[in-house]
Amino acid sequence: MSKRRPEKTGIARRKLLAGGVVLAGSAASAALPAASAGAADDNLPPHVPAWMKEQGAPFLSPPYGQPSPFEKDVIRRPRAPTPTNTAASSMTPWQNLHGIITPNGLHFERHHAGVPAIDPDQHRLVLHGLVKRPLIFTMDDIVRFPSESHIYFLECSGNSFWTGNTPQSTVQHTHGEMSCCEWTGVRLSTVLAEAGLDPQATWMLGEGADAAGMARSVPIAKVLDDALLVYAQNGERLRPEQGYPLRLFLPGYEGNTNVKWLRRLKLGDQPFQTREETSKYTDLMPDGTARQFTFVMEAKSVITFPSGGQLLREKGFYEISGLAWSGRGRVTRVDVSTDGGASWKEARLQQPVLTKCLTRFRMSWNWDGAPAQLQSRTVDETGYVQPTRAQLVDVRGLHSSYHYNAIQTWQVAQDGAVTNVV
Amino acid sequence: MSYSLRTILVGAAVSFALTTLARAADNGPLGIGHVASPSQIAGWDIDVRADGQGLPPGHGSVREGEKIFAETCAACHGAKGEGKPADQLVGGFDTLATSKPVRTVGSYWPYASTLFDYIRRAMPFNSPQSLTADQVYAVSAYILYLNNIVTEDTVLDATSLPRVEMPNRNGLTSPDPRPDVP
Repeated sequence: MSKRRPEKTGIARRKLLAGGVVLAGSAASAALPAASAGAADDNLPPHVPAWMKEQGAPFLSPPYGQPSPFEKDVIRRPRAPTPTNTAASSMTPWQNLHGIITPNGLHFERHHAGVPAIDPDQHRLVLHGLVKRPLIFTMDDIVRFPSESHIYFLECSGNSFWTGNTPQSTVQHTHGEMSCCEWTGVRLSTVLAEAGLDPQATWMLGEGADAAGMARSVPIAKVLDDALLVYAQNGERLRPEQGYPLRLFLPGYEGNTNVKWLRRLKLGDQPFQTREETSKYTDLMPDGTARQFTFVMEAKSVITFPSGGQLLREKGFYEISGLAWSGRGRVTRVDVSTDGGASWKEARLQQPVLTKCLTRFRMSWNWDGAPAQLQSRTVDETGYVQPTRAQLVDVRGLHSSYHYNAIQTWQVAQDGAVTNVV
Repeated sequence: MSYSLRTILVGAAVSFALTTLARAADNGPLGIGHVASPSQIAGWDIDVRADGQGLPPGHGSVREGEKIFAETCAACHGAKGEGKPADQLVGGFDTLATSKPVRTVGSYWPYASTLFDYIRRAMPFNSPQSLTADQVYAVSAYILYLNNIVTEDTVLDATSLPRVEMPNRNGLTSPDPRPDVP
């Protein structure tokens, strides 16, 4: 008996000590950027790094993992000042990302009335209008349907700017309202079959359960082609910002039509003419008319490295890398220019090359230290070639607000600084 | 006798209808989901089409709208709908083909139905779906009046609202002409 007590005390003490180490460790890691600047060599050879001399943080710290604190600048940023902080948008930091998948916490946001906090048990999807049987579904019902997963890009139709770019614009600013995830859900055609589609139905209204009741009309052909009701994103349930618990997903269509927090689908024999398809998301042409129902995001590409705000510290080898995508299908080719479009070389395409999905391209480059102008130009499987800004503006003028997909140019200065060419 | 025969016939009809309904509910290929009741649908069915389908009973005048607008809209849209901080609602006529297009309800919106639909579902910004149908008619009438689209004595309802002729009624084009470049 008398022997056990010291043992217990000993264990308790060890636990306490371990806890103390953890606390000290996390405090140290939070302060590390500053500390390492002061004594940069202490952790470099031939010295033994500090993190090899003690236990690391315990597992499950935290239970839902977070990026390294050293990646604290890899965050979404607001697109522009707005009158409210709920009808606004944020952008994906493509300058910091690799591959084609956008981590869920970095997916761009565009909300019209903030992010609703929806209890999935209290959420319903109503399917009505020109159907044989109007139906109501719980989330449990939706998840019972046969499911599919696809990697698709999602791009706000206002991504990239017709006007207002500056030399300081980063790729996050110019192309950050676009992201790419694996989306899981049920084919909308499967769900419609439960209700029995009336042959008169030519359009479908999708409506969100946010405070804007955000609503868009979609042609029935798209609905029956590849539309999904999505409840998961990169393996986990949708993030609240992406429509938790349920969103409409229309591969290749402008982001706004992919209605989040989806609560209602109504079939009709004409479009519903909501505010978001009349007052907004219509493309004003130079003659004063505006194009309506311009859904597809056309082929587009951008170099993410080197890109605006980055710095090439020395001459020599660099791998130019970027992203290409098309709302009409697969990317078949990306060409890269380092001389402002005077000459082009075909880039390597990283597999997989999927339909309506980002494709990562790469090209080896030896920078000779002279000023360079970097561009990429993609071609999709329809043969469509990504246009220049001049070609776009020539046809559509400067006030169409949406669907800007021109070739992007980054200027590399002699000192290695990279800026946006306006 | 004839009475009880009618009862039997009605009873049979009701029972047939109920059976049909019950069968219909399970009639989807997978049998997932339940039939949505008319009252469930009615509470959520808030869209209004250009032809007026979906407009509720009720009515509202420019005069009534003026008061509601001052109390619930003007703080964001300006006393006369001139905008700042929120969207400009009034004016901008004949600017769409210029180098400084101003897109407002008056200059750009092709259908009056959209005004009713949008106010009903999303406005006022801090309290959406709080206005009565009468109030939404009234505010719609007032915004149209500010744009000189309806006269001061206008009262809007489900019949008159879809008949309002918007200046940019024929300004939107479809289908999508792309690819248009190069």
